Amino acid sequence: MATAVTTESVESKLFAALKEMGAEGEVTREATFEQLDVDSLDLVELAQVVEDEFGVELGGDDVKDLQTVGEAVDLVVAKAA
Amino acid sequence: MAERGNGGGAKPETAERPRGCALVTGASRGIGAASARALAREGWPTVVNYRSDASGADRVAAEIADAGGRALALQADVSDPDRVKGLFASAEAELGPVLCLVNNAGMRADGLSPQITDEQWRAVLDANLDGAFHTTRAALGGMLRARFGRIVNIASVVGPRANPGQANYAASKAGLIGMTRTVAAEVARRGVTVNAVAPGLVETKLTEDVAGNGLLERIPARRAGTPEEVAACVRFLASTDAAYVTGTTLTVDGGMSA
Ligand SMILES: NC(=O)c1ccc[n+]([C@@H]2O[C@H](COP(=O)([O-])OP(=O)(O)OC[C@H]3O[C@@H](n4cnc5c(N)ncnc54)[C@H](OP(=O)(O)O)[C@@H]3O)[C@@H](O)[C@H]2O)c1
Repeated sequence: MATAVTTESVESKLFAALKEMGAEGEVTREATFEQLDVDSLDLVELAQVVEDEFGVELGGDDVKDLQTVGEAVDLVVAKAA
Repeated sequence: MAERGNGGGAKPETAERPRGCALVTGASRGIGAASARALAREGWPTVVNYRSDASGADRVAAEIADAGGRALALQADVSDPDRVKGLFASAEAELGPVLCLVNNAGMRADGLSPQITDEQWRAVLDANLDGAFHTTRAALGGMLRARFGRIVNIASVVGPRANPGQANYAASKAGLIGMTRTVAAEVARRGVTVNAVAPGLVETKLTEDVAGNGLLERIPARRAGTPEEVAACVRFLASTDAAYVTGTTLTVDGGMSA
């Protein structure tokens, strides 16, 4: 079953996933994907994590303009609403 | 990401492969059935997909089970993206993530190009090319997460080379090879390989009407291939031994295009 979508649950899952993926430096809401050395393929993988965990589908157009981790969290929460 | 050392790519694989299943499209007979049997023998729980031939698919699944393997027959027309979503959802619920995908479903609708109808053109492109895209798209997320994946596309020697009367088929297979190479380059650093197998003339229902026609004279081996000979190539490309083989096309044609 999908996990309930709250800012906290999404944040904790995404932070953990980014660390597991080997993000460079500290993962915070403000960190940009560029600083974290997260590339476009990593974002595809992150979208898959979101779909598997929360049942929220993110398309290419959704993720292509994301700059920071916080924006990604907010997007997932908004899409689930 | 830079951290992984080794140029940012996935580490060289060991003989271990993560838990998951194989899915072979159009596996109710012919090359797809032989591929499903071969992958099941390698220990893959295997989804035997079919479009209309339920009894054929059930027979293949039963053969796999009789040989001690695990198989599940699942109906879906791969040209329909929604049906492909459903196919993956069922496969994953029953057998785990699809970590090996064989895009084998295919058809012909021959005619000289001035005579190919819109319907014949679309049907062949939809099944042979769009179908493989739909399944590839559905499979890649899980493969990326697993840092392991094998996609094998059954193309043809027709496509890279001409075959009068098959403009639609040739376009679909050349397109499939183009897709193979580009997707391979996109995902190689995650331990996912994407390759094509290009058979020449293989004895199946698809070719039962063409084997006569003096075609054997053009094959150096002087015989048609068997589905099992194509499946052996699929099995290799799907194996951990083939971890460094990606974006390529393995021709299996008895020397026809040598
Ligand atoms: N035989 C050859 O000489 C040869 C040479 C080069 C390449 N190939 C390629 O090898 C592949 C397999 O061919 P084959 O010779 O084994 O042909 P086959 O005996 O006619 O089998 C084709 C299989 O594909 C399935 N299929 C067709 N359209 C489908 C769709 N839209 N969705 C799901 N399944 C679909 C069929 O299932 P249903 O009957 O249930 O629809 C059947 O199981 C094809 O891609 C073909 O182009 C064959």
